[in-house]
Amino acid sequence: MEELYKEYVGKLPGKILNDMEKEAKARNLKPAQIKKVLEYLIEQYNQAKIDPGEAIGIITAESFGEPGTQMTLNVFHFAGVAEVSVTQGLPRLIEILDARKTIKTPSMEICIKKEFAKEAKDVKKVAAQIKETLLKEVAEEFNINVSKMQLEVKLNKARVREIKAKPEEIIENLENAHKKISIKKTDEGFTIKPEESSDHELMELYKLKEKLKETYIKGIKGITHVLPVKRGSEFIIITAGTNLADVLKVPEVDSSRTSTNDLHETAKVLGIEAARQTIINEAGKVIEDQGLDVDIRHILCIADTMCRSGVIKGITRSGITGEKKSVLAKASFETPLPHLVNASLLGENDELNSVIENVMLNQPVPLGTGLPDLVAKMGPKSIKKKQTEKKEESKK
Amino acid sequence: MAEKIYKKIDEIDFSMQSPDFIKETSSAKIVTAELYEREGYPVDGGLMDVRLGVIDPGLRCKTCGGKLKECMGHFGHIELARPVMHINYATHAYNAMRSTCNECYRVKLNQVKLDDYAEKIKFAQKLGDYDRVRKLTKEVLAKSRLIKKCPHCKAKQEAVKIEKPTTYTQGEHRVNPIQVRERLEKISNEDAILLGFNPKTSRPEWMVMSVLPIPPVTMRPSITLESGERSEDDLTHKLGDIVRINQRLFENINAGAPEMIIEDLWDLLQYHITTYLDNSVSSVPPARHRSGQALKTLTERIKSKEGRFRNNLAGKRVNYAARTVISPDPCIGFNDVGIPESVATELTIPERVNEWNKEWLLKLIKNGPTQYPGANYVIWPDGKKKKITEETIEQILEELQHGFKVERHLIDGDQALFNRQPSLHRMSLMCHRIKVLPGRSFRMNPSVCNPYNADFDGDEMNLHVPQTEEARAEAEVLMEVQTQLITPKNGYNIIGCVEDSITGCYLLTRTKEMSKIEAIDLLTSIGIDNVKFSKEKVSGSEVFSTVLPEDFNFIRKNKQGETTVRVKNGKLEHGIIDKNTIGENNGELIREFYRKYGQDKTIELLGNIFQLGIQILLKKGFSTGVSDTDIPKEAIKKVDTKVQKAYNKLDEHIESYKKGKIEVLPGKTELETLEIRAMEILNKTRTEVGDYITELVGEGNPTLTMAQSGARGNVLNFTQMTGCIGQQALGGKRITRGYRGRTLSSFKQGDLGPEARGFVKNTFKRGITPTEFFFHAMTGRDSLMDTALRTPKSGYLYRRLANALQDLKIEYDRTVRNATKDIIQFQYGDDSIDVSKSEGGTINVVNAIHDVLGENV
Repeated sequence: MEELYKEYVGKLPGKILNDMEKEAKARNLKPAQIKKVLEYLIEQYNQAKIDPGEAIGIITAESFGEPGTQMTLNVFHFAGVAEVSVTQGLPRLIEILDARKTIKTPSMEICIKKEFAKEAKDVKKVAAQIKETLLKEVAEEFNINVSKMQLEVKLNKARVREIKAKPEEIIENLENAHKKISIKKTDEGFTIKPEESSDHELMELYKLKEKLKETYIKGIKGITHVLPVKRGSEFIIITAGTNLADVLKVPEVDSSRTSTNDLHETAKVLGIEAARQTIINEAGKVIEDQGLDVDIRHILCIADTMCRSGVIKGITRSGITGEKKSVLAKASFETPLPHLVNASLLGENDELNSVIENVMLNQPVPLGTGLPDLVAKMGPKSIKKKQTEKKEESKK
Repeated sequence: MAEKIYKKIDEIDFSMQSPDFIKETSSAKIVTAELYEREGYPVDGGLMDVRLGVIDPGLRCKTCGGKLKECMGHFGHIELARPVMHINYATHAYNAMRSTCNECYRVKLNQVKLDDYAEKIKFAQKLGDYDRVRKLTKEVLAKSRLIKKCPHCKAKQEAVKIEKPTTYTQGEHRVNPIQVRERLEKISNEDAILLGFNPKTSRPEWMVMSVLPIPPVTMRPSITLESGERSEDDLTHKLGDIVRINQRLFENINAGAPEMIIEDLWDLLQYHITTYLDNSVSSVPPARHRSGQALKTLTERIKSKEGRFRNNLAGKRVNYAARTVISPDPCIGFNDVGIPESVATELTIPERVNEWNKEWLLKLIKNGPTQYPGANYVIWPDGKKKKITEETIEQILEELQHGFKVERHLIDGDQALFNRQPSLHRMSLMCHRIKVLPGRSFRMNPSVCNPYNADFDGDEMNLHVPQTEEARAEAEVLMEVQTQLITPKNGYNIIGCVEDSITGCYLLTRTKEMSKIEAIDLLTSIGIDNVKFSKEKVSGSEVFSTVLPEDFNFIRKNKQGETTVRVKNGKLEHGIIDKNTIGENNGELIREFYRKYGQDKTIELLGNIFQLGIQILLKKGFSTGVSDTDIPKEAIKKVDTKVQKAYNKLDEHIESYKKGKIEVLPGKTELETLEIRAMEILNKTRTEVGDYITELVGEGNPTLTMAQSGARGNVLNFTQMTGCIGQQALGGKRITRGYRGRTLSSFKQGDLGPEARGFVKNTFKRGITPTEFFFHAMTGRDSLMDTALRTPKSGYLYRRLANALQDLKIEYDRTVRNATKDIIQFQYGDDSIDVSKSEGGTINVVNAIHDVLGENV
């Protein structure tokens, strides 16, 4: 069977071949029949191929622009708890296509290796480790001891155990974050004393207390909330906040399936191809969630355009449009004057290769039916020759 | 036949204008701010000088001799008494001064670095990679500007500063434009390259203007008001100011006026020239009319949506176009457009006279412009154009020969492009065939509303008539309605049956029995008169089958895998035709037509089905009214009890919430849990009521029939009219906003009951209570706001997308490339399949198997 299909690899797209293989098996087709169908499919495929000259960019833009008017502006969708929400609809699509550096709701989907992902309990443990924990979350009490001029922190032992943190580790992290304090371990937690004393000691101490509450203790920085969710047969963790590089280092995490919705972070950690895939996935998700139907090819086209140069370029005046070679094309989009001024300084020339300049000059655009040229050799010699021929003819 | 041969522009060079160039190309030196002499003739050496072109119909241009519209206008110039800065280059001049030495005027980097950069820049320039040149020169500027000691002459550097917009200081002293110019002049060509100039086209000192070009008069025409008064263009006003100040400055300098006065006038000249170039600079007060309105000067003419680029260059006005209200006409074909006679006589098509059409065209000319099929103009082979009037008609008829062109009225069957804004996709502009009809509106088949997104509540549409054979060929082959059946968005059909035709086919295929005479009568009315029925009684399916081709096979399965519609050998054997089979957006029967028979046959078959549906309703009668939503009193009571039951259930939940006994959902608070439960219960209630009502009303109800066939409305609409409107939701939640602890002052604080949180128990028909009305209006307002905010946002996104992607095309090697021939994709979408030629984005293997091996494999 395999042999039969091999012949057609390259002649037909893989998806069609796979479909065919599946259907043929389900119907118990004979090799001769399969061959007949495959030949027919090639014919159909060649007919469905796109024509050279097709203005595919515009078709893509239309396919996104038209459904854009039907999307909702309702920004948030809560994936369980209010803290872990996702930007949706048009605002999210704009965010993706602009390739924003900071996105409204960064979020990750963390997959756990199979051996750890069997029970909710295990996954919860991993989640607790990943979450960025602040001192206030593990402390039970903060006391200001006025007589000794020090802070006394009482730890919640259960919480400390849950995040697998040792008191020494907490103290170390605290010392890293705050200078000029001395920390002493006690049975219930620890005491903190400022090394220098000042006039407004009590106020300073109070300020220190508030600062300490927000100090990072354990977990992965940037992951502000975690939510274990059952998807299909396994548990995954959805987070608010993202830090792909550090999450991938966690041993329980299945690094091949874990992803973030931050394009730039993906590009930095996993490379441009991964970023391209993220654009495709995220844009696809937006469209699907809105109940719209846009063919994958359009999303591919946008993603490929954005990632062509090796870095993510947004669909903005500083991104793809700003990269254009033609001065007139840039000037016609936004901020025309700076473009013209800069062009004049360098004495740029515009070769009129793209669409908009030719529209401006009332010339055929190099797309579709404007593409074919009439090719004829019309050197000065051939013209002269024709003229003499004509003259001779007329003489006759 | 002599026709104009246009030259093609191959490339455009950009450069700065040198003073010499301005003088060279100038046709007049402007010396006075006066515009006209007493007789109204333009003053020599004034701003309206006839050497700059003419705007009066009687005058001739002194430079080229052309009359109005023949002469494009010519530039003039004024010699400025003192040089001034060009506002757009102010920062560039600043950068150049900062990065060069105050003493030796070299770039403040050592020679090795300079040579290195020079080489790099030269290379990038050679490649034509201007972005890279800019990046490199930016580096040079950034590195050299902070150096305090010149590496070449070792001179100590005083900091050069800019006071926006156009004043420079060095140390404590002001640097006036003369000094700026002197400094920039001394920058060598080699150094200028490093600073981001191309000395061949743009020397740095040209950024300081000593000569000002005066744009031609044709660019700033004056308007004659009704009172006979002349109103000058904003630019002329501004130029007048400049010339006046310039003259005064000249006089003062010549008279040896004190430096103070000269400085003041100089600054004033700078101000006028700055606002002349750009009247929206942030640090300069805009020049205004006497009425207080800001002048529109050069930059404002170019900028923004109403500017030259976007309004006149990227989009242009056209002739041979019409616009009027649209109205529906189900009796015309899908690719027809009905136009009123008044439009048909105004829009024309140039028809070349030849042996075969001469007689016919002569007849049209005789009819003239007023009588319908007539003609308006005749064009001689030499390009002379004459209107057909009573005076000219004799001569025209006499002279008319082969090779003449006659601009004849539109007749049935001519191509026209039909368009509705916003033109969001290519189906917003399609080619239709003209059909001249009585009335004053454009008529279209309701089935093509969907691609245009049109309705008939007052929508207007545009019609364009292509004027050349090439344009008509393209319109017909690429843009006609049948070529656009499948949308490239997702590969589904965008045109299908709508409204009555769906209801009609639905009712027909549901009909078990009708008499033979009835059936034949029906089919004759849509033009099918060759069918024979053997039995006296025929079923609806049999009648429907007559419009299907004989070799047509089709099976539609629903999501559960059950066969809902089956057609075998052109006979509808099973199932009822509804929106899912013949409707727009994934009408599967239509897609199958398209795949099997191609676009032309599909549009024909679709037309037949459409007509059949319409005729059924015409013959049988079909109407809907308020009485459709009448239900017996017992039923109302039953609905009430259902709602009451839900209320009670919700009360239980509220009770347990208040006692703190509610079972909390994971990751939620107690209140959140309660809200989720409330939404569940109340939404379920409405669905239940809907189900009950649907069952109660039964099959005969016309409103419900429309909903079930998919023609119009849905069951929810019907439920809201008869049973219960249901919960009003804001952002997916019950309504909670309003006063402290309550939504409206008519409720108790902390009331969590359904009525206090936006549940509408009444119906649209029976009327709703004031509080219900308020809640309903809240959600209505919310969705209105959403739409209003969304439209501009998505519009901007679309514009950016279109601008970024417009150059991508499929090359002959089937790669996707942009204008600079960089490869975007090696194969479009990884398989080169055109979505609009595919079946929902792929090629359906099952269909292929059926095609090759028959249905039963």
